Amino acid sequence: MQRIEDELRGFRQLAKARVAFLIDRNGQLLGQAGDSSGVDTTALAALTASNIAASRAIAELMGEQDFAGILHEGENDHLHISLVGQEGILLVLFDAQTSIGLVRLRVKKTARRLAQVITDNAQEEEAEGAGLSPFAEITEEDIDQLFR
Amino acid sequence: MSFVNYSSREINCKIVYYGPGLCGKTTNLQYIFQKTNPENRGKMISLATETERTLFFDFLPLALGSIRGFKVRFHLYTVPGQVFYDASRKLILRGADGVVFVGDSQVDRIEANVESLENLRVNLAEHGFNLDTIPLTLQYNKRDLPDIVPVEELNGLLNPRGVPTFNAIATKGDGVFDTLKDIAKQVVLELKKKG
Repeated sequence: MQRIEDELRGFRQLAKARVAFLIDRNGQLLGQAGDSSGVDTTALAALTASNIAASRAIAELMGEQDFAGILHEGENDHLHISLVGQEGILLVLFDAQTSIGLVRLRVKKTARRLAQVITDNAQEEEAEGAGLSPFAEITEEDIDQLFR
Repeated sequence: MSFVNYSSREINCKIVYYGPGLCGKTTNLQYIFQKTNPENRGKMISLATETERTLFFDFLPLALGSIRGFKVRFHLYTVPGQVFYDASRKLILRGADGVVFVGDSQVDRIEANVESLENLRVNLAEHGFNLDTIPLTLQYNKRDLPDIVPVEELNGLLNPRGVPTFNAIATKGDGVFDTLKDIAKQVVLELKKKG
């Protein structure tokens, strides 16, 4: 997680973006940099992943394999959404402090590095094995406690 | 796919409510939303048409508590039930850890239930999941309506696997939390097996 947030922090500075999020394709937030106070990040991650999934399905209908990036333009704030390898999505919130050109340029470079970080993390988790899983030792009683 | 965040000690699991149009999937989520302490849930997002039919999905994040020091969160999704929206249904199933199939108990919806379950099988397979093995709970909804099919008959048609079933009246909340508890338990036990 630390490497992801380091990358996002570096990206945010260079792109002059307000906030940058890394989300997985299933809608889980993997990391973020910048001030996201007031933003429901759980919903944002779920909606962004769905947005990407819908865009990909539309791309297939159009005979494209995928759309590499999606831009949402607001009055003051804008969102740039792009793919990171096979499993990640980079969501960037930016305003008039920067330009779409700069954001796109930095997104391309950062996406490559983040894709590598995601791959490395997955390999590390696999190497560390199942022994670390918090689920390995749980009992039915632990689960029942969730609903008390 | 469940997601374990070791640094923030969180586990997120995805549960999808599936079933034919107007069977009560959204009503289930609305009841859970209303009855859950605001501290333990996020905002419910509904992407619906102007007539309140689900267009893409409903989404409700729930934080139920902790297991062995890990916060357990469930992300509940519904799919649009109308046949027309199959492309959307397929997308929502991506990464699902468990499925609740909400059946409509009314006699004239029997065929729609069977079709929807078959559609679930096909769409799960596209994501590499198997309806015969994925954590699954069946809910027989609308048990308060007059012209309904007996549970034994519903079991014969929809539950060859013999998974847990719950009778429900989702508008009143009957059976809603029992269904949720069961699928949550199955999902966590499945993660234990994999762990």
